[in-house]
Amino acid sequence: MNLVDKFEEKYLKEQKVNFAPGDTIAVHQTIEEGDKTRIQVFQGVVIGKRGSGTGATFTVRKMTAGIAVEKIYPVHSPNIAKIERIREGKVHRAKLNYLRQRAGKSARIDEKRRDQKER
Amino acid sequence: MNALLGRKLGMSRLFNAKGAAIAVTLLEAGPNVVVQIKKKDKEGYDAVQLGFGKKSEKSTNKPLAGHFKRAGQKPFAHLREVRLDSVEGIEVGQQVGVDLFVVGEKVDVVSISKGLGFQGVVRRYHFAGGPKTHGQSDRLRAPGSVGASSYPSRTFKGTRMAGRMGGDTTTIKNLLVVMVDHESQIIAVRGAVPGKKNTYVRIRKK
Repeated sequence: MNLVDKFEEKYLKEQKVNFAPGDTIAVHQTIEEGDKTRIQVFQGVVIGKRGSGTGATFTVRKMTAGIAVEKIYPVHSPNIAKIERIREGKVHRAKLNYLRQRAGKSARIDEKRRDQKER
Repeated sequence: MNALLGRKLGMSRLFNAKGAAIAVTLLEAGPNVVVQIKKKDKEGYDAVQLGFGKKSEKSTNKPLAGHFKRAGQKPFAHLREVRLDSVEGIEVGQQVGVDLFVVGEKVDVVSISKGLGFQGVVRRYHFAGGPKTHGQSDRLRAPGSVGASSYPSRTFKGTRMAGRMGGDTTTIKNLLVVMVDHESQIIAVRGAVPGKKNTYVRIRKK
């Protein structure tokens, strides 16, 4: 392992990333306003993950009042308090950029089915 | 002590107290060892010679081997003199590490930029080149005129032309120290530092 990776290890979050592209997640982000901090929740579909080490990011896409919003979060940002996995999506691609060309019914993602045993 | 020798490890990114991601360059900056002390009454000025980096005894020539032997040290790959106002309290063999720097301090970093070989004027000096179309041939990356005609009948010195680019000693001033890791002797400075990975660097206190 090279020294840069070894060094970055100390700054990574301990919890492993527990979501994949196609999943619907809620990102709890702490926001500082003056001397107060509050938590903002952004819920949407993960359309991709990239990078490794401290530079890793993921993109979340959401439709708000007919307008699509995408946010790119660093995976290991200390401002992300919590990531909730709300729904697992069944997709065949690592990057879901095709969702940008779609709206309404065609932009849906099937839910991943798990058999009884696994549950 | 006001400077250290080190090695560029590469770039990374870290989060600051506010959670903002900042690009940093990691430098391994120690341990440095004092190999020689120069004093005003003997050499005419006060300075110390620092050594950094391993080197095999086989690849050390005899004059240098003697120099290291006198200091009671294994051979170092890099030696550099650091001028000081006073060398009092400093001994040969003394180790200097990244403890010299504190987070939030500004430092200058001196290193050798990446050698880019023989480059044209478009890349080397950001010339615009010539037009691509309208009957042009072989003009796209041409340097254009290099001077007037019968007066002065010569090309002025320093006219920018194609040639070797990079590999120069370059100083980047006022880099912010973002992190100091005493255990692994690594410091992180904000932004980029010239040169490739494993390039030998000098870090100077302001």
